[in-house]
Amino acid sequence: MIQTENLTKRFDEQVAVESLTLEIAAGEVFGFLGPNGAGKTTTVRMLTCLIAPSAGRAVVAGCRLGEEDREIRRNVGILTETPGLYERLSAERNLVIFAHLYEVEDVAGQVEKYLRMLGLWSRRQDPAGTFSKGMKQKLAIARSLLHEPRLLFLDEPTAGLDPEASRLVRDFVTELKEQGRTIFLTTHNLDEAERLCDRIGVINTHLLVVDTPAELRRQLFGRQVVFHLGNDPDGFLSMVQEMSAVRHAQTRDNKLVLALEDPEADNPEIVRRLAAAGAEIQFVGELKHSLEDVYLQLVQTE
Amino acid sequence: MEKIQTIISKEWAEVFKNRLVLFSVAFLPLVFIAVPVVTVVAAGSLEGAAMEEFGGEGIPGAETLCQGMNAAECGEVFMLNIYSLMFMILPVAIPVTIAAYSIVGEKTTRSLEPLLATPITTSELLAGKALAAIIPAVVATWVSYLIYVALMRYLASAAAFRHLLDPLWLIAIFIVGPLLTLLAVSVATMISARVSDPRVAEQLSMVVIVPLILAIVGQSTGLFLFDRQLILIAAVVVALLDAVLLVLTVQAFQRETILTRWK
Repeated sequence: MIQTENLTKRFDEQVAVESLTLEIAAGEVFGFLGPNGAGKTTTVRMLTCLIAPSAGRAVVAGCRLGEEDREIRRNVGILTETPGLYERLSAERNLVIFAHLYEVEDVAGQVEKYLRMLGLWSRRQDPAGTFSKGMKQKLAIARSLLHEPRLLFLDEPTAGLDPEASRLVRDFVTELKEQGRTIFLTTHNLDEAERLCDRIGVINTHLLVVDTPAELRRQLFGRQVVFHLGNDPDGFLSMVQEMSAVRHAQTRDNKLVLALEDPEADNPEIVRRLAAAGAEIQFVGELKHSLEDVYLQLVQTE
Repeated sequence: MEKIQTIISKEWAEVFKNRLVLFSVAFLPLVFIAVPVVTVVAAGSLEGAAMEEFGGEGIPGAETLCQGMNAAECGEVFMLNIYSLMFMILPVAIPVTIAAYSIVGEKTTRSLEPLLATPITTSELLAGKALAAIIPAVVATWVSYLIYVALMRYLASAAAFRHLLDPLWLIAIFIVGPLLTLLAVSVATMISARVSDPRVAEQLSMVVIVPLILAIVGQSTGLFLFDRQLILIAAVVVALLDAVLLVLTVQAFQRETILTRWK
């Protein structure tokens, strides 16, 4: 659905996005993470033909960027960083305007469909300016879907929303995913990215890494197993370090933390040897790294 | 064309909900109609001698303006000349207010980005926005001028009324007026690209009115008198300025510039 090749954007001397090469499949929810100023919004703007790349190529929704821009705009939907609604106009009027601009055939039908779907039908005559932040965001989402795009760009869809509104938006994104739409999601909310995204890309001007959250964890930290002991773990450290299955070992309080290639295969032997050496094993579990750990590791080591 | 219509109707729906804009569009024409009516009625109630004194000696350029008229008629013609010229302010003042609120309003509400992400072309967007400001200004000017002329038919003398029907004023109102409107919209659009407060954009754009005020002052002091030749020259100059400003405005109104530099 999206292929980019060395996509680059410079503003005068400032490089905003450098040589972005990326491929996103149809039906995928792709999370695009990065610190402020990393180039996330610039990438979205390039891929939605709002700004032109300085170099590189891209195909978006089957159309070539820079050559078939109008067609791309017809085929993609975008939820911008701020809802950008016409606050003096009613919710319905906001959507009717955009339905016409997106060349929707059944304007009234589509407007009603999305107002109902997002729970705004009863407030359709109210000016958008009277809506809460969450309602405005829902209205902006409705606006981005009126022309039924197969590819949707969501630029920080839950930024500034309260937990309840965030959840509503997340649930709706899940619903869109189930409908088979491709979603390009930029967010600072790592928990949200983990829950919603099939794959994650981390950018800091240039693309640092792209993979599934689980694979990113594995690549950065390996799989780590924690052995909670009833006695001092330091006495067993040298013994486990000599085992070939153990890539790395350390102690923390009363725990032995071991990095293993294949915990399911290696754990029984380690448990046996520790028990034979007199270790009082109370509990064994896998140490889970959050996506935040992965993200910080990537961005801070940049 | 449908997209241009959508933009126009959107602009009107939004801009006319702003009381300040509504006030300037509705109130200014009313004032410009009311002032001549009150003055002509008041002048009509003056003692004949007083009016003749004003019309006889106090009129700059009376020898050109008042051939074959008595002093009272000459006084009326002089007043109506200035009022007619004042109607030229309307096609400038009205669109500046609308354009300033329409463009800077998009910046303040950050609604331009979703708008530019639709399949609308830049020229459709620009045309929609410009026409949304031009149409009400031109219609308000023409309608209020026609009301003014109709009222003068009954309130002013026959000689003064005939003077109002001179092609000079028809060219001024129906040709130079729209050209001035386009000029004002272009200036307002370019200024709006640089500022973030609609009121600042409006005030700066009002600079276009200055030459008109100077023209009114020149006419009322007798420095020069507007005749057909002068108004045709003005039409050509404004048309040329329009052409130049239109090119500059289209250049300034690039998607990328709007999104990344319009702060």
